[in-house]
Amino acid sequence: MSVTTEDRLLYEGAEWDFDTLRIIHDACAEIAGKELGLDWYTNRIEVISAEQMLDAYASTGLPLSYRHWSFGKHFAQHEAMYRRGLRGLAYEIVINSDPCVSYVMEENTATMQALVIAHAAFGHNHFFKNNRLFREWTDAKGILDYLEFAKGYVQSCEEQHGEMAVERVLDSAHALMSHGVHRHRRRAPDLQSEQRRERERREHDERMYNVLWSTLPEKTTTPSTSSEEERRRTLLQLPGENILYFLEKTAPRLQPWQREILRIVRNIAQYFLPQRQTKVMNEGCATYVHHRILNRLHSQGRITDGHLLEALHSHTSVIMQPGFDDQRYSGINPYALGFAMMTDIARIAEQPTEEDREWFPDFAGSGDAMEVLRYAWSEFRDESFILQFLSPKVMRDLRLFHLVDDVEQPALRVDSMHDERGYRRLRRALARQYDPATTDADIQVVDVDLSGDRRLILEHYVQAGRLLDDQEARQVLRHLASLWTYDVVLREVAVPGGAALREHVVSPPR
Amino acid sequence: MQILDRRLNPSGRSLPNRQRFLRRAKSLVQEAVRDASAKRGIRNADEGGEVSIPLHGIREPSFHHGTGGIRDHVLPGNKEYREGDEIPRPPGGGGGGGSEGSPDGSGEDTFRFVLSREEFLSLFLDDLELPDMAKRRLVDGADPAWQRAGYSVSGSPANLALGRTMRNSMSRRIALKRPKPEAVQALEAEIAALEGDPEQAERVLELRAELERQILRTRRIPWIDPIDVRYRRFDPVPKPVARAVMFCLMDVSGSMTEDMKDLAKRFYTLLFLFLQRRYKHVEIVFIRHTHEASEVDEETFFYSRETGGTLVSTALEEMQKVVADRYPPSDWNIYAAQASDGDNAAGDSQKTARLLVDTILPACQYYAYIEVGREGEHGIPGFPRGPTDLWRTYEALVAAGAPLAMKKVRHRRDIFPVFRELFAKRGVLEGAQA
Repeated sequence: MSVTTEDRLLYEGAEWDFDTLRIIHDACAEIAGKELGLDWYTNRIEVISAEQMLDAYASTGLPLSYRHWSFGKHFAQHEAMYRRGLRGLAYEIVINSDPCVSYVMEENTATMQALVIAHAAFGHNHFFKNNRLFREWTDAKGILDYLEFAKGYVQSCEEQHGEMAVERVLDSAHALMSHGVHRHRRRAPDLQSEQRRERERREHDERMYNVLWSTLPEKTTTPSTSSEEERRRTLLQLPGENILYFLEKTAPRLQPWQREILRIVRNIAQYFLPQRQTKVMNEGCATYVHHRILNRLHSQGRITDGHLLEALHSHTSVIMQPGFDDQRYSGINPYALGFAMMTDIARIAEQPTEEDREWFPDFAGSGDAMEVLRYAWSEFRDESFILQFLSPKVMRDLRLFHLVDDVEQPALRVDSMHDERGYRRLRRALARQYDPATTDADIQVVDVDLSGDRRLILEHYVQAGRLLDDQEARQVLRHLASLWTYDVVLREVAVPGGAALREHVVSPPR
Repeated sequence: MQILDRRLNPSGRSLPNRQRFLRRAKSLVQEAVRDASAKRGIRNADEGGEVSIPLHGIREPSFHHGTGGIRDHVLPGNKEYREGDEIPRPPGGGGGGGSEGSPDGSGEDTFRFVLSREEFLSLFLDDLELPDMAKRRLVDGADPAWQRAGYSVSGSPANLALGRTMRNSMSRRIALKRPKPEAVQALEAEIAALEGDPEQAERVLELRAELERQILRTRRIPWIDPIDVRYRRFDPVPKPVARAVMFCLMDVSGSMTEDMKDLAKRFYTLLFLFLQRRYKHVEIVFIRHTHEASEVDEETFFYSRETGGTLVSTALEEMQKVVADRYPPSDWNIYAAQASDGDNAAGDSQKTARLLVDTILPACQYYAYIEVGREGEHGIPGFPRGPTDLWRTYEALVAAGAPLAMKKVRHRRDIFPVFRELFAKRGVLEGAQA
């Protein structure tokens, strides 16, 4: 007796239970492993309710976090939008950890669960495990334990020093979070031993502190020379871009627990750094993977036509890209761009045109789409990926054009568009949009006047005349000054040229 | 691979964060609640709801680029532009071709979110500067009454439900086939009868073995097992007393400003909240008056303007009529609250006093008079503003011992003390005096 199609179906209708999830996962794993050659962390799928999903939203997708009012604010905001029906909830959230945790919503239909599992538990998971940025910058094994430790630590600080005192430090640290990361570093973090290290640091400090020493006569200060300044800067590891790190190590009047809180915020910011730099690739990878897996499940007769149509309906709304003049436009949709590029790469590898052979001689017609994709997913970030792989066809399909907005000029100018003359310039411009060096303000701690009034000096290297938002910069500087406890100066300096454009001086609150 | 069910995890994980957020934004939220409660009806005063607060107060600042300089935008969906085209700058800022900011620019500078009933009420009461004990009283509701609510497996011996326990015991004994005492006795009797008869020796042995089994079984299966025991369970249910009607009387002549009406509305709202905690069913009657009075709905009561003179007695007559028609004092607890700026026509005072003393006050549980005035109103220096006509009239009544509460209210925070005086006397608000 032959096996009928009915027997091969993974599930029927929209209902599912835990066995269904397991069957779906195993079916997806078979395709992901054998046919796509993916490599993933062990999966942990957690079924959650809508409220828990909102919760996860509020803490930027972390499964647990210390307490802070800003999370409450985000929760309230998401909740209000959700209740008014302005926004649906994401179907899933996935965490870069080992084992890889994917949250799936209880409201999803069986088909949506299949889509979500293929998307998160295999697409994102593969990306987290293999992408160079994630490998080098995050510690997937340690993150969950570290968050647990952070939560407990902040809570114990609140008990010891009061909620308000802790909140002040966290507020200030959050304001500086975007500038609390190392962008250039080689050592992979080891979050698992953070808790032990915290204890060791404290014990070390306690051992080293000896009141008697403070009675020793002070060394007479010699007038500072330029070589002295040089030495001081080297000792303080200046200039440095990581403001939180600098404060943690150098701020003169912080308590040990305050330094530890800065460290926690800094570590979490660092953990998210790769995610910010690989949004397009990460979503593109996951979307491409779920698309491949679901189509394959269908061709194997393991889901029905109806199921596939339901999945495609979600798929197409996720990858929708409204035009720039559309009411709904809110930037380039990373799902749309990512998915378009991934399918395009696969097409180039398998069915290249003459144009593709000219543009991508390395892999056009190589025949193995997955090999090219796996290589791209592991070795690039958004900026370099676009620079390397964006093809003229995708630029034409998305009808991209490059607009230059110069305040000095009366009108906006179309610099390049999707034609022979513009492809390369257009591609460079798009890649720049994803380059943190362009998008994030380049601010560095340059000096401290140690012998004088201890004022902290920062510089913002202004590119293309893009100054900081004045009002917010002052607010952030106030936070910075309250941690540093002396005056803080931020100079905005033009690059290239070095002309001083603006200067903010902020004194700490009395 | 692992699948976990997290749905059963305790909910409200974000509650501490929410409380921190509300504390942080307290002054802003309070203002929003004040606005919202001024807009909504008295009956809905203690519901939660959506409020919006200005975003600037709770912004989380960060270093980022401001406007200006040279900006590049790569945009999708080109239709007609060619390289080198110049596009006039869209009005309203240096955004690139409308690429930045949300559509319509809506929702950018306010922050909207939903407050639960408890949160809303507690902020509303905070705003009136209520003492904590009184607040708890309002939020928690009345003392509970205990009501039978089935059975539970734990409880105090006094609540042992003997009948239910024995029923469980019996069904267990039957289900487990515990030998009945009669059966055991019958066996013993049979053995005694057959004993000594050598022909039946085998049968006796059998019976003895059976008897032994039965006795063992009896021992193993107890008469009453802890799992049989049931206790009567009691659940607390809030115990509202009866039904009440609240009369809101207000002077709506031209001299009452919106501010004064707003103060009056707060007073009525608070009174309603108190009554709602105390009575299962509370109705509200709105009577407004100028030189003539009429019963109106809430909307008209607070928001429509009337012109005319001021005759307080007309309102009292109207109230008397409504009471006679619909709310016999024997069935209803009647509360009346009158708000006015104190004006009354010169010849009306006598009539008002007589009406109050003869008919209204005897029918009422409480009668409160609040005289509303503008904040910081001092009158002309050197000409201290004397008591108003109505105030003088009522003062005379109080002096004569009439159960009437009266108070001048110039600010929101003056409202609660009226209640203290109102209710403390009758012991409704014992806590408030603490």
